[in-house]
Amino acid sequence: MDKMPRWADVLLVPLISLLLAAILSALVILAIGENPVEALGYMVEGALGSTYGWGYTLYYATNFIFTGLAVAIAFHASLFNIGGEGQATLGGLGVALVCLALPWPHWTLALPAAVIGGAAFGAFWAAIPAYLQAKRGSHIVITTIMFNYIAFALIIYLLNNGLKPVGQMESSSARFPEGAALPTLHEMLAVVGIPFSKAPPVNISLFLALAAAWGVWLLLWRTPLGFEIRAFGKSEPAGRYAGISPTKIIMITMLISGGLAGLMAINTVMGEAERLVNNSVQNAGFIGIAVALMGRSHPVGILIAGLLFGFLVQGGAELAFWTSIPTELIIVIQALVILFTGALDNMVRMPVEALFSRRRLAAKAMPAE
Amino acid sequence: MDYATLLQVLDSTVRLATPLLLACLAGLYSERAGIFDIGLEGKMLAAAFLSAAVAFVTGSVWLGLLAGIAASMILSIIHGLASITFRGNQLISGVAINFLASGLTVLVAQAWFAQGGRTPSLSGAGRFSPWEWPFAEAIIPVPVVGPLYNELISGHTAIVYLALAMVPISWYVLFRTRFGLRLRAVGENPAAVDTAGVSVVGLRFAAVAICGVLCGVAGAYLATSLQAGFVKEMTAGRGYIALAALIFAKWRPWYALYACLLFGFLQAIALRFQNLDLGLFTVPVEFMDALPYILTVVILAGFVGKAIPPRAGGEPYVKER
Repeated sequence: MDKMPRWADVLLVPLISLLLAAILSALVILAIGENPVEALGYMVEGALGSTYGWGYTLYYATNFIFTGLAVAIAFHASLFNIGGEGQATLGGLGVALVCLALPWPHWTLALPAAVIGGAAFGAFWAAIPAYLQAKRGSHIVITTIMFNYIAFALIIYLLNNGLKPVGQMESSSARFPEGAALPTLHEMLAVVGIPFSKAPPVNISLFLALAAAWGVWLLLWRTPLGFEIRAFGKSEPAGRYAGISPTKIIMITMLISGGLAGLMAINTVMGEAERLVNNSVQNAGFIGIAVALMGRSHPVGILIAGLLFGFLVQGGAELAFWTSIPTELIIVIQALVILFTGALDNMVRMPVEALFSRRRLAAKAMPAE
Repeated sequence: MDYATLLQVLDSTVRLATPLLLACLAGLYSERAGIFDIGLEGKMLAAAFLSAAVAFVTGSVWLGLLAGIAASMILSIIHGLASITFRGNQLISGVAINFLASGLTVLVAQAWFAQGGRTPSLSGAGRFSPWEWPFAEAIIPVPVVGPLYNELISGHTAIVYLALAMVPISWYVLFRTRFGLRLRAVGENPAAVDTAGVSVVGLRFAAVAICGVLCGVAGAYLATSLQAGFVKEMTAGRGYIALAALIFAKWRPWYALYACLLFGFLQAIALRFQNLDLGLFTVPVEFMDALPYILTVVILAGFVGKAIPPRAGGEPYVKER
């Protein structure tokens, strides 16, 4: 099956796809009458030119690493979890309930509890579609889409009835206690004497995301369960023949996937907003699909892709601030990345494969002469 | 609820069900041919924008409709290329199309009209005008039937009647013509169709193209008939509700009509009453919003009849096995 060398599969194909997406994005910017080079300059300056920009880039990247990992682990079991948006929404509810339940004295106590709350609620929201897929054969893509919308309605309802403090106009929960506030990167780096901008909301969740990436790698490639997940994903009949229970793998994979999506709320709800607001996920669940595709469902790839998308979102916000280009440009770029690295993957892959097999044939023919 | 209110709710049911029905039938053709399409939302959105933009610039709603269909067709062709020609993942392609439409519509609207991602309001010939049926005014005094005829049957725009007409037409095309038989066969067993010497790729592209046209009409209806102009994200999940209706209808045209009318009715009630007071308890508006999705999950779970999708749905066809 090795039609091309590994480096071409892991690096060359994604890079060509990314290049195609970048060229088309530049054409879109040209078409709306702006200068793509100038736009890129604003984005790089705004997202990477200062610790302020870096702070926001890393903050967004944290979200995308969580949701990217969530989509990726499901991909490994051949499941398409499109419900990251809903699972992260429910994760936010879990985090908020935990943070509001007790007058937390210190974040070191609040964080582990909130991690459990966020992951449990996210996993719960993935569990029902997973069960329906495993036991009743309902297509998980459709059920997770439906659960996204059910989650949105549920959160709006809860924010207006129950979570909203009496007398408050805005539909959001009460503010979390002071003790539940997570240390920001500014505070953490100040301990070791590195100056970092105080404004951006990047916080300790970044390291939680890195740990999650490491954990997913460990699980998938260093444990029997991970082997079962990947074997099941490669071929369900073969996995079944090897004694792997489909129900178990679907349930466990989706619970982990939903839990990872739910953990995103630690960063947004607990780290940034410090209360539950409506639409706290802001498309991060969907962006996770692009991140997982670009990162080839590998934790290292997801870290890189997450950082890239963090850069895009922060750069796009700066771009909208300094020019008349709306932030929706970033959605277009995301769409193009998903299109080229995901749906049109074969369009890039087939010519590259052909190129390598031709070279290999030529190399074989040489000694015969 | 008195008779007049009921008629108003039913009238708005028909209006709200129309875009759902068109998108649902669009998905029906595509999925019956084995091409999953979760990009209905994006196609409708793109069509809504371009139809409103062209209708505003030219002042002609019919040119707007054509432009809307063209916009939706372009996305359909991308979906076809990705999922038929290059055998990519149809679901991922659909996600990409939804993103593309969501971003591009606002981007282009801002570049063209500079009104914060919307088109200017349409009026006069820029919108579809209602068709008044004969004697609609004269018949009002007749009890029961008069208001029913005037309010519910007469006075919709051409697209509403077109959408309703598409139900028997789709049934006929899919279940009573050779093209329809082949189209359904290609969604169940493409290898058999291929063996019979009929082009699988051709049939699937035809289905995707029909899907594009119907989504285009649905989008144009949103921007030029239901509302007057395009606003950001104006499809508001209708593509997904249509998808839900399609599953609810188990991929059959007449049932698609019933499902869309039901979901349209839920939307109409939510719009009219907000929180519905049933005496014993109050149904919150959020529950009404979520009900189409909840019902679809219940149907999918197979507790109330089983929804079985076309067998070859979602799988690219590879000739040499």
